[in-house]
Amino acid sequence: MTDPSSVAATRGLEHPMVEARNVHKAYGRLEVLKGIDMQVHRGEVLCLIGPSGSGKSTFLRCINHLEKIDGGQLSVDGELVGYRQQGNRLYELKDKEVCRKRAEIGMVFQRFNLFPHMSVLDNITSGPMWVKKASGGPSRDRAHQLLERVGLIDKVDAYPNQLSGGQQQRVAIARALAMDPKLMLFDEPTSALDPELVGDVLDVMRSLAHDGMTMIVVTHEIGFAREVGDTVVFMDGGVVVEQGDPVQVLTDPRHERTQAFLAKVL
Amino acid sequence: MTDPPGHPGPPESVGAGAPGDPSTMTIVPVRHPWRWVVSLIILVLVAMLINTLLFSHVERGGIREGRFQWAVVGHYLFDAPVLRGIVVTLELTVIAMVAGVLIGIILAVMRLSPNRLLSGSAWLYIWFFRGTPVLVQLTFWYVGISYLYTHLTLGVPFGPALITLNSTTLITSFVAGALGLSLNEGAYMSEIVRAGIISVDEGQTEAAASLGMPKGLTLRRIVLPQAMRIIIPPTGNETISMLKTTSLVSVISGVDLFQATQSISSTNYQVVPLLMVASLWYLFFTSVLTIGQFYVERYYARGASRALPPTPFQRLRQSLRHQRVAPVRPIAEIPWVAPHD
Repeated sequence: MTDPSSVAATRGLEHPMVEARNVHKAYGRLEVLKGIDMQVHRGEVLCLIGPSGSGKSTFLRCINHLEKIDGGQLSVDGELVGYRQQGNRLYELKDKEVCRKRAEIGMVFQRFNLFPHMSVLDNITSGPMWVKKASGGPSRDRAHQLLERVGLIDKVDAYPNQLSGGQQQRVAIARALAMDPKLMLFDEPTSALDPELVGDVLDVMRSLAHDGMTMIVVTHEIGFAREVGDTVVFMDGGVVVEQGDPVQVLTDPRHERTQAFLAKVL
Repeated sequence: MTDPPGHPGPPESVGAGAPGDPSTMTIVPVRHPWRWVVSLIILVLVAMLINTLLFSHVERGGIREGRFQWAVVGHYLFDAPVLRGIVVTLELTVIAMVAGVLIGIILAVMRLSPNRLLSGSAWLYIWFFRGTPVLVQLTFWYVGISYLYTHLTLGVPFGPALITLNSTTLITSFVAGALGLSLNEGAYMSEIVRAGIISVDEGQTEAAASLGMPKGLTLRRIVLPQAMRIIIPPTGNETISMLKTTSLVSVISGVDLFQATQSISSTNYQVVPLLMVASLWYLFFTSVLTIGQFYVERYYARGASRALPPTPFQRLRQSLRHQRVAPVRPIAEIPWVAPHD
């Protein structure tokens, strides 16, 4: 660090992309998140693993405010999720402001959730055109580029149910990318796929990671987590049990529960 | 024949019809004798129906005439009062259905709202309008309103009035009919729309939300278009039902198709032929609506079924081309069943 100006420049971006401090979430009496602390930095790929019911997906959904947290602090890019801080008060954000923040975060779901009544092209341009009010021509050009990138340029006019699961998921990724998100959330993106279709989806995610996209991936693909992840977080029972370097966590876990889980899935 | 037992010989060695080779045998289809009996009975009944409708005669007051007096039916089918009645019937149907669908969407969204006041008031509306006969409601709007309120005013609640109107001039039988039918239809449509909305997977709303779409946009462009598949068939039903329910306006002195034919027959006593006139028109418009429903359903099936069902015209053209129904293609031939990834 010899150039002081570059240090100052990185200082300005010093706050992590996602920062969770003691995040709590409960459905009625059922406590799903019991104090999560986590940091995700710009360009980092964080893989969340853990048994089902451990709160991974819930935590992911809190990040773009699909779920509201009950306690603690959660911020994306330095700004609180769902609230605006002013002096000593937290003001709940209006629907419109929540939407604006969500538009900056891409999300990919386990069940794809493409819009079945719209063609692949319309699925991808819906966000830019309806939310960002971008004009049709550039949005369609961008959609073509993205389809090229996920290897589905020939499916531009197809409807989602004419595609296989793996193709649908790649369109779903393209749809999320069309919004130029600064953060991508993946909620078990390959869990609903036939084994032979998983590879193509992981390839697309791998190339995204190489391009420097900040990603949080809830996954059961231990191999992917080891290869692509910068950090692996193991969650169980609503708490973070262990986190760190993928190779260390996945091959030499310190905690018993991590060991037991990995013994089952590997 | 030196082949060892169990080893198949060359195909030529097996003669046609020889035991053991089913591919060369004649297939005898299953016989269905009862189908023939039932078909025969139906044929006889149809012949009787055609005969009594078209060819049978009867003596009335010393004059021998066709039983159904089709000549009289034909005379009044395009009679001016009948045509005016048709216009009223169609106007009421369109107004009541359009308003009913709009009220229905608003009520359905209100009922699904987490706000208890909104969902409660929608519930109360539906409870009231489904709970009273539409005939009672029509009479109420026509008679009751002008009895309860001689003047209707538009203005600040509990404050000054801006516009004041005389109820009896405002609430004509047409206005009362349109009002009553619309409000009543809204209650039924709201349940249909609600069923459609809750049939759409929650993942759709979540995906829309994750793209930053606000709720109203999500409802309009994501949820409702998909809900349409559930909403259309019962709405078609409601429209056909409404076409005929409009005849109730005759009790509040509205002159619709039915009332028009009734007033003709009350002067010329040709009751049955004029009932036929009304029925033929109702049947005609129901048929038009049924055809319309088919195409609307087909439109909203995009993305829901992999191949759209052929229209009757397409089916006719296809059958003319092939003389008979094309054989079912093996699944592997159809590209979308086995998509390559």
